[in-house]
Amino acid sequence: MEQKLYFKDYNEALKQNKILGLKCRACGGITVPPKMACRQCGSPDMDVIEVKSNGKIKTFTTVFVGAEGRESEVPYVIVIVELEEGPWIMGNLEGIDPKTASMELIGKKVKMGNKVFPGDKYSAGESVRPLFSLVN
Amino acid sequence: MKKVAVVGVGETKFSGPQTKTEVELFGEAATEAIEESNLKPKDIKALFIGNALGDFEEGQGMLQAYAAENIGCLYVPANRYEGACASASMAVRDAFMWVASGYYDIVVAGGVERAATMGTGLATRTFAMFSDARYEYPAGVTFPAVFAMLTYLYADTYKIPLQKLREQMAKVTIQSYRHGSINPRAQFFGKNADMTVEKVLGSFVVCTPLTLHDCCPFSDGAAAVVLASEEVAKKLTKKPVYITGIGQASCGPLINQKEFLPRIRAREISSQQAYKMAGRTPKDIDLCELHDCFSIASLIAAESLGFFDYGKAGDAWEKGEADIGGKIAVNPSGGLKSKGHPIGATGAGQVYEIAKQLRGEVEAGRQVPNAKTGMTDTLGGDGGTLVNMIFERGW
Repeated sequence: MEQKLYFKDYNEALKQNKILGLKCRACGGITVPPKMACRQCGSPDMDVIEVKSNGKIKTFTTVFVGAEGRESEVPYVIVIVELEEGPWIMGNLEGIDPKTASMELIGKKVKMGNKVFPGDKYSAGESVRPLFSLVN
Repeated sequence: MKKVAVVGVGETKFSGPQTKTEVELFGEAATEAIEESNLKPKDIKALFIGNALGDFEEGQGMLQAYAAENIGCLYVPANRYEGACASASMAVRDAFMWVASGYYDIVVAGGVERAATMGTGLATRTFAMFSDARYEYPAGVTFPAVFAMLTYLYADTYKIPLQKLREQMAKVTIQSYRHGSINPRAQFFGKNADMTVEKVLGSFVVCTPLTLHDCCPFSDGAAAVVLASEEVAKKLTKKPVYITGIGQASCGPLINQKEFLPRIRAREISSQQAYKMAGRTPKDIDLCELHDCFSIASLIAAESLGFFDYGKAGDAWEKGEADIGGKIAVNPSGGLKSKGHPIGATGAGQVYEIAKQLRGEVEAGRQVPNAKTGMTDTLGGDGGTLVNMIFERGW
C-alpha cells in the first residue's frame, strides 16, 4: 500500500514555504510530517492538505556544540513551533542574536521560510529545514 | 511462564577513550558474569547484546557473533539489539522472554559501546541519528539540544522560574557525582565529589540552558548479566535476583509526542507494564537506576515513573527525597552522569548495580540499606524506546 504523502513531496513543498500534511477521513486529525497512518487514530485513509505555516514557539535552545560537519554553524537557535492547526515542527530561528535567546521567546508568533540542509555522508541527500522568524 | 533470575553480573570500568576493542570489553564483562554464576561458556545457550554504534566506533558490524566466539560461546545464537541508549535493556528484556518461555535455561545478556573513542564531533553526530533524520536533524538537533528544549518546556509547563529549575538540576548533578565518586567502576570515580551549584551553573554552555555538568559524559564500557530459570538459579546461587516485572514501549520523533511533553509517554506506559506485572507500585521500590543522561532527564524520569508529582521532582532532590535514606534512592551508582554512559551497555550496567545493591555488595557509602526491590529505567533516543524492569530478592 502506498503512503499518501512521502518525505520527497513534503520536502519539495517546504522549498516553496508550504507545509503539506494529511487530514484523516475517519477522525479529522491532522498529521504532519507525513506518516502512513493517522497519528490520532491509525487510519491510513487520509487526504493531502496544505496546513498554515505560521505558529508560535513552544520551546527552543541555542546550540554551542555542533555535530561533526556542522561545527561552523554554531551558535544557532533550534525552535519547536506549534503550527496554527496544531502540529509541532522543528526548525531554526533567524533574525535574532543566538546568544540573546531567552524564555521570552516562548509563545512568540513566527512565520516560516526555509533553508536547505545539503546533507552529509550519512544523510541520503538533502533535507529542507523550516527557518522561522519572529512576527512583530 | 517460568520465573527468571539474574544469577551473575559483570562490568568493565566505564571510562573515557581507551584502547580495548568492543569484543574485548564485552568479553571482560561477560566472563566476569559467567564466572560469578559458577558457569562455563559452554553452559550459555544464547547471547543478547546491545550495541548502538559499533559500526561507527570501530567499523565493526555484527559484533555479537565475534563477541560470542571470543568468550568461548561457540555456535550458539547471538543477537544484537539497537535501541540507542536503551539497547542493553532491550537485550536483557528479550533474554528474559526466552528464559521465561522455557526455550533456554541459561543465557547471557548485556551490551558494549566505545562512544568516547569516537570523540565529541562524531559522537555528537551519531547520537543525533537517534532523532528523526528527515524532520529533526536538518535543523541541527543534537542530544543535548533535545534535553535543553525539554528543560525550557518543563520550566514553562510547570511555571518554575528558570534559575530555580537550574539550581535544582545542579542538585541532581551533585548527588550523582557524590555517589559516582566512590564507585570504583564509575567514569568519575574519585572525581567531582566537591561539585557545587555555582560550579555546575558556571561551566561552559553546551546548549542553553544546559552546561557541561548538566550532561553525562561520552563513555566506553561493557556490562553483562547471566539469566537463568528458577530451577537452574537455585542450584547456582543462594542469592538469585528475580526479574518480576518488565515493560517496553516505543514512540515516534519528539515533535510527535506533543500531547505529553515534557512527560515521556512511552516511559509511563512501559513502567506501568512493569509495575502491573510485578504487582508493585512506585512506593514499593527501594532504589531505581534511572536514565539521567542530563540533569533534567532525572526529574522527568522520576515523575513519569511515579516517584514524585509532575513538576515536583526538583523539590524532591533539594530535600534529599531522591537520595539514599529518602523516599526513593535514585542512582546510587552515580548514574549515567557520573558512572558513565556507554550507550549500548548502559541498561546492563543498571541491572549490574541493582543486583549488587540487592545482594548488599556495594561500597558502604552508597549502599541502600536493606534494599529488597529495585527498578531500572532506560531511555533510547528522545523517548523512542523505553524499557523498565523490576528486580526482587529471591532469598
